Amino acid sequence: MALLELERISAQYPGAADPVLADINLSLGPQQLLVALGPSGSGKTSLLNLIAGFVAPSAGRITLDGVPVQGPSAERGVVFQDDALLPWQDVLANVAFGLELAGVAREPRERKAREMLALVDLADFAARRVWQLSGGQKQRVGLARALAADPRVLLMDEPFGALDAFTREQMQELLLQVWQRTAKPVFLITHDIEEAVFLATDLVLLAPNPGQIVERLQLDFGQRYAAGESARAIKSDPRFIETREHVLARVFSQRSAAPRQGYA
Amino acid sequence: MSSLDLPVVATPATSPPTPTRPRRSLSTRGISSLTLLGLLLVWWAVTAAEWVEPLFLPSPEAVLGKAWLLLTQGYMDATLWQHLGASLGRIGLALGAAVLTAIPVGIAIGYNRIARGILDPLIEFYRPIPPLAYLPLIVIWCGIGELSKVLLIYLAIFAPIAIATATGVRTVDPARVRAAQSLGASRWQLIRHVILPSALPDILTGVRIGLGVGWSTLVAAELIAATSGLGFMVQSAAQFLVTDVVVLGILVIALIAFALEMSLRALQRKLVPWHGQSH
Repeated sequence: MALLELERISAQYPGAADPVLADINLSLGPQQLLVALGPSGSGKTSLLNLIAGFVAPSAGRITLDGVPVQGPSAERGVVFQDDALLPWQDVLANVAFGLELAGVAREPRERKAREMLALVDLADFAARRVWQLSGGQKQRVGLARALAADPRVLLMDEPFGALDAFTREQMQELLLQVWQRTAKPVFLITHDIEEAVFLATDLVLLAPNPGQIVERLQLDFGQRYAAGESARAIKSDPRFIETREHVLARVFSQRSAAPRQGYA
Repeated sequence: MSSLDLPVVATPATSPPTPTRPRRSLSTRGISSLTLLGLLLVWWAVTAAEWVEPLFLPSPEAVLGKAWLLLTQGYMDATLWQHLGASLGRIGLALGAAVLTAIPVGIAIGYNRIARGILDPLIEFYRPIPPLAYLPLIVIWCGIGELSKVLLIYLAIFAPIAIATATGVRTVDPARVRAAQSLGASRWQLIRHVILPSALPDILTGVRIGLGVGWSTLVAAELIAATSGLGFMVQSAAQFLVTDVVVLGILVIALIAFALEMSLRALQRKLVPWHGQSH
């Protein structure tokens, strides 16, 4: 049974002639790691902002547990591309921030925050200042912060896009571990094809003008990693490479088919 | 370094071998200190050689002696401390009132479209007017007492703080705001936990600018209408050509302004250590 449901969603910026998203149908179930992959301009960030409640759709319905989504809420945790942490707080307070807002007392909220920091391998960093962390560490704090508020679904907005290639690989593996351990449904957007194929249980490919879903794939590479296979072995598996090339070809065929002015 | 390889016979046993640098370059602060020292020296030399009459430029010793006299006996029925206290009391009161009112107003302007529509033109209208231009009106309305001076300085400090706060609020990282919203922050929690701390570096810059403007306004206001304060001291001394008091007053005014600026910078480093860090 789907937890998060998007029915015939369209979105349009005020004043813009063309919609950014047209007629999107999506659902996210309990065991899923849904990845939306697409080139820039395909509306994937808009899609995430709609689900998070930062913007409202111009048509269609988004429901979580059958309840229409209205505005942002702690039910839908978000991890941002830029960490969006609070630099005047230490790492622990940042992770506990959602619980502080919910009025949880200091002792239990800090216990929970430490638990989440341990989950993202940052147990020793509780007292650090945010600006003393590396990019990858900040993203892990962002992930721990979103998880500490115990959301129903986790939304990730190109979370590893600003990281270097080595850190990105580590973070992908960490995400799979966390996803498996917390059993949170995840909706992640990215423009990194390999990342999408590796992480997704369900992959949707978005094409621009207007943003629409052009392909849906069910994949199991993430589960294979969770089952104990090494990330390198999976990524060099011929089936992985084949899938990646297939998706890549789909992206490019969409690009050449679409009108030229779309790629500014 | 070759000197370290030599046997230590040549150096006395008590002093450790120091690494010899060919020439020590002066720090910027060192250069600034030398400039000040040079200026003092020129002042002393000019007066010691009696090239300028003491009436126009008293010697440093005379000013220093006068300072002692002012501290112990006073000038115009009040010691230097009392004049200083009067001035600092006025600016302190005005600053306190300005901080308490300008920050909420700045947040309102930055956060709320209607508040911006109402308040922005008012502040932008009066801000460019030199405070001394509307001092006469304030004196007509509020008399010549303490209230009119405090009000004048308050108005001078208010605008920079309100504008800086509004700027700070408007330039808060939208991702930070969204992050807090998706963690369940209410409107007030958003202001209290995200917007106000994010704007704090700008607010402190506004306070710094405000204090600078306020201090110069204060002294100018005291030159015109007051019976105590540093500005009054300088002004009344000038009327009787007591040049050493005038020079001393100017120096004290400059020193206070410098001290205010430095302490606010220190406060800024202490309160917003993340400012300017990459994040």
